[in-house]
Amino acid sequence: MKKLIACMLALLIAVALCAPAMAEDNVVIGFAQVGHESDWRAANTNDYQTTFTEENGYELIFVDADNDHAAQMEAVRSFIQQEVDYIVICPVQEAGWEVVLQEAQEAGIPVIIADRTVSADPELYTTFLGTDTALEGETAGLWLAEYLDGKDANILVIEGSVGASATLGRTTGFNKVADEHSEWKILDSQSGDFTQAGGQEVMESYLKSYAGQFNVVVCQNDNEAYGAMDAMDAAGVTYGVDGDVIIISFDATKEGLTRTLAGKINCNVECNPLQAAGVMDIIAKIQAGEEIPDVTIVPDEAFVAPGITSELAQTMTQEILDGRAY
Amino acid sequence: MTTLKKVTQKQLFLPLFSMVLVMLINIIYDVAHGNPFYNFFTISINSQGILYGRLIDILNRGSEAAILAIGMTLVVSASAGTDISVGSVMSLAGGVCCVLLAGFGNVNVNSYAVPLWVGVLAGVLTACLCGAFNGFLVAFLKIQPMVATLILFSAGRAIGLLLCNSAIVYINVESFKMFGGYTWIFPTPLLITAACVLVTALVLKFTALGTYVQAVGINKDAARISGYKSAAIIFLCYVVCGLFAGIAGIMATSRIYSADTNNIGLNLEMDAILAVALGGNSLGGGKFRLSGSIIGAYTIQAITTTLYALGVSSAQAPVFKAIIVIAIVTIQSPVVKAYMKKRKAAKLAQSSVEVHA
Repeated sequence: MKKLIACMLALLIAVALCAPAMAEDNVVIGFAQVGHESDWRAANTNDYQTTFTEENGYELIFVDADNDHAAQMEAVRSFIQQEVDYIVICPVQEAGWEVVLQEAQEAGIPVIIADRTVSADPELYTTFLGTDTALEGETAGLWLAEYLDGKDANILVIEGSVGASATLGRTTGFNKVADEHSEWKILDSQSGDFTQAGGQEVMESYLKSYAGQFNVVVCQNDNEAYGAMDAMDAAGVTYGVDGDVIIISFDATKEGLTRTLAGKINCNVECNPLQAAGVMDIIAKIQAGEEIPDVTIVPDEAFVAPGITSELAQTMTQEILDGRAY
Repeated sequence: MTTLKKVTQKQLFLPLFSMVLVMLINIIYDVAHGNPFYNFFTISINSQGILYGRLIDILNRGSEAAILAIGMTLVVSASAGTDISVGSVMSLAGGVCCVLLAGFGNVNVNSYAVPLWVGVLAGVLTACLCGAFNGFLVAFLKIQPMVATLILFSAGRAIGLLLCNSAIVYINVESFKMFGGYTWIFPTPLLITAACVLVTALVLKFTALGTYVQAVGINKDAARISGYKSAAIIFLCYVVCGLFAGIAGIMATSRIYSADTNNIGLNLEMDAILAVALGGNSLGGGKFRLSGSIIGAYTIQAITTTLYALGVSSAQAPVFKAIIVIAIVTIQSPVVKAYMKKRKAAKLAQSSVEVHA
């Protein structure tokens, strides 16, 4: 009896797992997301879920890999078995995708790599769509050069998580500009793990090591910037448009832009999470048999605090803030 | 000589010695860089009227680990196992507190939906419930502690994320920043930790609870036969561990005035366990020294702060941390201790021979 129940349960689970693939008509998309590690990621996921709806003629099979590379590869394999029409992957890590991509290619399923890159041969997947984090770093650097206009800069960097592509890209991009300016000096660069608590702790330490020696703090995401502000508040150091220290941040989340509007963050470079429309565009083109580019870069903007005008960035207003969903 | 001997034979000597050793690295670094040797240890009152200095940072930032270490010490002692769910429970407690204060579904509020104390109490009570759940599995169902606490290790954070809709819930109210901010000239976390340590130490000193916990930890069945309610004592230890995880969770949440459920308390269970071990306590249960664990917790933070002060790059920091931890654990290992004792005895024998000759 017990065995019978167990067998039936197993059968039930198997049927339940197959169910999503059985819906007809709609274009079925298997979407293997990285995880749910940040507000940015949540906005990214939400964008996919609200874009690829049944009303729009899509069926989205969403798998959250929870930052597990192996789990994500299994998810892609299951997409292949379910014979989905398209596979979209936001890869957890760059390496190790060759075999799975090969399998998808043999099954004739187009694969779109989104948001983060893979190290595999571009022949193995259809196209890449994402933001260019190195360009974001460069934008931040160019803005600083424009803003300082030849004045000295003593810069402290609070990096993101060690090894993350956003960390590497933003560092490379910013350093490229910094190298061209002999009057700039990067005093220190340590990781705040993309968190507010991390930003607080690193800034607390910087404030002691470099007391009175720095005038620019570059935080590689908004959360770290909040933490750095908390630490500077406690130490009595002023920052922002009216303060002694220039703050540059990345991501441009709604909270981040609120603080930019308040003049606390001088410049906030966007990292656009709204990528689903671009993916939908690519899929529509493939459906219509049109040519698609190998790489699509989702444009990022930059925003500066009121009182600053820049050729590289928009000056923040309440309207811009109200118009942002994320 | 005799006083030195007395000091070195004190049980807390090695944990304290390790902490001082870590701090010494900073003196060497400062002198090498032409700073005054006391640079790392300077404490002042800054323009905001609060205590300011690296030592204060260590005491402040080490608070969560120190509070967790109290509960972890009791759990380790009574059940000869570790509670690996504390980091997750911290995050859940913070999540529950913030979701109540913000109102379900809101991600950024400027006023409370319920009074502050309701949110805080709910967060701490949730953590106690988690502790009770762990305790029930370990004490009454006799499930191995690591397996039992593995459930909430993975589920606790996930429940928190569900409550917060996978978003960071911000509470932009000044009074909420209290637990992670400053009271008079002191960082509040420091005061909360001191209160937690003091209460626990007094309870252990003036009730028989400490003895009960150790007796159960040394031999559960013998203790039961001797009339102790072994299961109830183990259960209680897990509840207390949950309580402290809750307090630490509220503190960590208040520091960043938001429920960052993905990151609050991440990997802190490992720091808490390491703190117990660095404090010279056996993870095999039985006899314990609370003060050792607290010193252990601050030693871990001292290493982190030192690496920041030295400007070691974040990519290399874990390696240096590992080297320091290996050194500390080796100094305290039974084999090294026995070797030192043997050498001392040999020396003593030799000197007595010389005297007689």
